[in-house]
Amino acid sequence: MDRIIEILKAVHPEVDYETETGLIDKRIFDSFDVVTIVGELMDEFDIEITAEHMIPENFNSAEAIAELVRTLEEE
Amino acid sequence: MKTNILEYLFESAKACPDKAAYFDEQISFSYDRMLKAVKAIGTKLITKLNVKCRPVLVYMDKSPAVIAAFWGCVYSRNFYVPIDTGMPEMRIRLIVENLKPAAVITDMTYYDMARKFSNNVFLYEEMTETPVDENLLSERLATSIDTDPVYVLYTSGSTGVPKGVVVSHRSLIDYVEQFCNEIGITEDDVIANQAPFYFDASLIDIYCTVYAHASMGIVPLDYFSVPLRLLEFLEKYNVTTIRWVPSAMKMVSVFNGFKSLKPKKLRKIIFGAESMPVKVYNYWKANYPDAVFVQIYGPTEITGVCTYHIVDRDYSDDETIPIGKAFRNTEVFLLDDEDRLISRSGTVGEICVKGSCLAMGYYNARERSDEVFVQNPLNSYYSEKIYRTGDLAKYNDRHELVFVSRKDFQIKHMGHRIELGEIETAVMALPDMKNACCVYDSAKDKIVLFYETDAYDDMSLTEALKKRLQRYMIPNVTKKLDEFPMLKSGKADRVKLKEMI
Repeated sequence: MDRIIEILKAVHPEVDYETETGLIDKRIFDSFDVVTIVGELMDEFDIEITAEHMIPENFNSAEAIAELVRTLEEE
Repeated sequence: MKTNILEYLFESAKACPDKAAYFDEQISFSYDRMLKAVKAIGTKLITKLNVKCRPVLVYMDKSPAVIAAFWGCVYSRNFYVPIDTGMPEMRIRLIVENLKPAAVITDMTYYDMARKFSNNVFLYEEMTETPVDENLLSERLATSIDTDPVYVLYTSGSTGVPKGVVVSHRSLIDYVEQFCNEIGITEDDVIANQAPFYFDASLIDIYCTVYAHASMGIVPLDYFSVPLRLLEFLEKYNVTTIRWVPSAMKMVSVFNGFKSLKPKKLRKIIFGAESMPVKVYNYWKANYPDAVFVQIYGPTEITGVCTYHIVDRDYSDDETIPIGKAFRNTEVFLLDDEDRLISRSGTVGEICVKGSCLAMGYYNARERSDEVFVQNPLNSYYSEKIYRTGDLAKYNDRHELVFVSRKDFQIKHMGHRIELGEIETAVMALPDMKNACCVYDSAKDKIVLFYETDAYDDMSLTEALKKRLQRYMIPNVTKKLDEFPMLKSGKADRVKLKEMI
């Protein structure tokens, strides 16, 4: 989780990732942020994130992203 | 010969009145509906504004209605200036000061905000209710000439004040006709629009559509964060043509989107505004082996596009796709440091452009215009203007132009053109800021800001900058320094700073 927050902070340092649950819905992340973040996640955790995973629910909060990473790591 | 861009609308509304011209997920404007809205808005402006050839801000979220508002301004022989509704108020004020607009067209959503920029605010919803006065419209149109401005588009300025590029009917007509003929846009095409209307990249979408009697669908911004929705849009509306920035195309390749859905009708894939990573291109090409891929190049100051390259061969991941050759009726050439013409391959020089595509300079900024719209140094016999792009390029062995870099501190970040100086000016305007310098980490596509102050940390600085800068100008990495590396001249030492990335 710490590593994920570090990746997110590098893109948007001003966000409180402990509480924010609308990263996509509130357009805090735009598509280019998402590409950057996904690239980092794939490299860092050695996982493959495909178009099916790329839905707002999976990226709206740091917790949701962590959950996605956990699921993909188990596969 | 056409002398007014509205002639395209008259022709298409006559040829195919019921065809969908511009649509999004909510609404669709046929050519006939488009023409009626444009006439109503035009009538209103002629009646209420006693001016000609003056700027009118269009301050609305992207939709087919915005295009009607643009052309309503043009019908009244004034010109439109699209303003990003996401732009911070402080930056809009800089533009308003420079422009002194005659009026603002907005909708209910932005009415209160629009009132801050002008006393002359028109509501789109009310304007379209205006009874059309055909006589008034045709009288006004008859006075228009093709050197009247059509629009002003604002771009980043190194001094901190955005620059408004003024473009005439003549330049726009030249651009649309050369582009559509060369690339072959036809009435069978459906174009999926990605670029915001305040960027010149959207000109192809808007104007090729009306010229060719095609259709244009606006892809909702959110879809570019959700590749499946993006691809579903292309499939649902039978999209044939896209003109996207490479960053948007990367959104599909990063997630291997075509594995889930490959839109069937796509056949013309046009990209520009930043360099195309060959990896991304190869992914798209592998999925669309029969599509036409076109790299285009050109700054706002020459109406958007001056060169193109129809990609006709394979590239390895470390190669650069050329920007190609000039469109017809446009001359593009390279000048060296001493203003001598370069013809040999491999020698780097500044890209210079001449032709009808040249803009009329920057609005209310004569000095800044004169720096880059200059007399052709190769011609001392008669008055002939060229535009010096500040972009450096060379010829490859096939005599195609290949982009090399910038001469100055302008960067292309996610398709957006940004002057690092504009970011630095905004940072230095903050209280108690001692030093600030931006460098671009091109390997990682990140804007890196170094700063020195006791008043801010990374978080509060980013918050403060959001009030002053466009979202895409906000530095991706901020580094606070206790001591700033300086040159003897008193300027920040960029070389040292770059090593500290």
